[in-house]
Amino acid sequence: MSIHLILFLAFGAVCVAGAINLLAQTHPINSALSLIAVMAALAGEYLLLGAEFVAAVQVIVYAGAIMVLFVFTIMLLNAGEEERTKGSRVATLFGVPGILIASVLVGWMVLRHSGTEAVAAGALPGDPRTIGQLLFHDFLLPFEITSVLILIAIMGSVVLASKPPTTPRSVSVRKVD
Amino acid sequence: MPIWLFILASAIKSALLLFVLLTAVAYTVWLERKVVGRMQNRWGPTRVGPFGLLQPAADGIKFLFKEDLTPPHVYKPLYIAAPLIAVIFALTSISVIPFGNAITIGGYSIPFQVTDVNTGLLLILGVTSVGVYGVALAGWSSNNKYSLLGGLRASAQMVSYEISLGLSLVGVLIMAGSFSLRDIVNSQGGHFWGIIPRWNIFSGQIIGFFCYLTAAYAETNRIPFDLPEAETELVAGYHTEYSAMKFAMFFMAEYANMVTVACLATLLFFGGWHGPRFGPDIVRAILPVFWFVAKVFVFLFVYIWVRGTLPRFRYDQLMAFGWKFLLPVALANVIATAIAVAW
Amino acid sequence: MVPISYYLVLSGFLFACGVAGFLIKRNIITIFMSIELMLNGVNLSFVAFAAHWHVIAGEAKGLVPLSGQVFVFFVMVVAAAEAAVGLAIIIAVYRNRETLNVDQLNLLKL
Repeated sequence: MSIHLILFLAFGAVCVAGAINLLAQTHPINSALSLIAVMAALAGEYLLLGAEFVAAVQVIVYAGAIMVLFVFTIMLLNAGEEERTKGSRVATLFGVPGILIASVLVGWMVLRHSGTEAVAAGALPGDPRTIGQLLFHDFLLPFEITSVLILIAIMGSVVLASKPPTTPRSVSVRKVD
Repeated sequence: MPIWLFILASAIKSALLLFVLLTAVAYTVWLERKVVGRMQNRWGPTRVGPFGLLQPAADGIKFLFKEDLTPPHVYKPLYIAAPLIAVIFALTSISVIPFGNAITIGGYSIPFQVTDVNTGLLLILGVTSVGVYGVALAGWSSNNKYSLLGGLRASAQMVSYEISLGLSLVGVLIMAGSFSLRDIVNSQGGHFWGIIPRWNIFSGQIIGFFCYLTAAYAETNRIPFDLPEAETELVAGYHTEYSAMKFAMFFMAEYANMVTVACLATLLFFGGWHGPRFGPDIVRAILPVFWFVAKVFVFLFVYIWVRGTLPRFRYDQLMAFGWKFLLPVALANVIATAIAVAW
Repeated sequence: MVPISYYLVLSGFLFACGVAGFLIKRNIITIFMSIELMLNGVNLSFVAFAAHWHVIAGEAKGLVPLSGQVFVFFVMVVAAAEAAVGLAIIIAVYRNRETLNVDQLNLLKL
């Protein structure tokens, strides 16, 4: 029962609880907060895998910017509690046991065919220097393409979210003699 | 170093730092009231203790005994959680800030820092990013139109200036080659031509420094960027509905952020704890901490000086300044530094 | 210590919760958040495999073991772009239909 396993289980428990809470809550703000908790716990998991830069970027970008955007939208649109629609009884009858069986099966198969690698988290690389070199040498083209993608997304979201013009475009004024 | 000793040393350092930081926050409030008062040709607090030095203690007692009412129309879980989030993340970033070199006690070398993380600077940026939630959730949970608008404005401002803040630090990173705060300070040791210290501000990061300072003033919601919490604007912005201890927590969070920004500015641009060393060995060990505290004090004084001097920006002017001026300048600084280093 | 398969099981569970949320929930913002949960699960898989490849393969075979972590950046960028555009669409839809319930956004239905 090494400290590695204990930390993994602790962060994993927070991830699982957050994911289930996201499904169980009716108000979107509670779902958003549990998703933030999931992301923070995932940053902890990345640290356990030695990916320190990815963990920091996960907190800064995902939990600190993308989720702020979600929280803004929920606050702006004044999203209320969700209405429950009628569920299908057949789906519940077959679906829930089916999911349980399938997940247990998949989990057991994955856990059985695993090797045990006794590697400490500190031995795994993940420092910003290595990632920077990879990003700017081997993955330069995808990097540039994603920057163009961000530009397109910025322009698109500004256009989509802006209010439509309220005054008519061209007003012709005719002189009355 | 055995593991139990490491844990004990870290616990003692954390407790000590927390105590020092909270006292620093309280006395920054005192300093602000005195300095702004003097700038406005009045005394500031003078009654409670000599020079009003016990005023923070009196304020603390007042906050503790004030009635902590929770209005009935608020969303209670987030109403109580929001000031906690603000304070916790404001106090977290002090854990990676180094105050000086290591001292040796009983054969073990203990650095003047709670923990030296490889990505210390990223941790501080991340903590700043998550601190936005304290403001946004406070504004929303208060169920009050002034709070909501103030909270939205404040968090939009903080998110916009975070980008310029991060970019202005990239110049320092390029010159130091590491994210660890201790390495960045160590790369500023030594002198140019024996006289001018090799601090980053003298090594060409002057534009980066001014970008950082401006973006940091906007991040901490201080004048000239404090429209979201100005009293004549949206009542009191996001902390309208808060009283007593919860309001004190927001207050503490704001001043703790100020102290963190001042500490980062000295570490990244002004050489941290480097300064003239003299005297016997025991003095030599403590002197770096003294230089560090002196430089942080200078930055806090500049913060308060700016507060007493400048008028505040209107919100659209603020956002336009952040996106249309500060961001391109920070980018240009990054490019210029990269070219200069690669040459 | 901790086999990589544990991380994969956690990643699969997060992905499954994301899919379940996507199918079950009726509020469009919550559906969006389920998509983000799916992407997070996949990110965990990427980083787990990056660690796994470093352990078993290294650079001797010409593989680039840290590509998993680099790919996480691209996934994050795509998620950010998608969240921005998607939330802008949600705001536009809310302006027109005054509702966030997916069941009522059915004007194109026959």
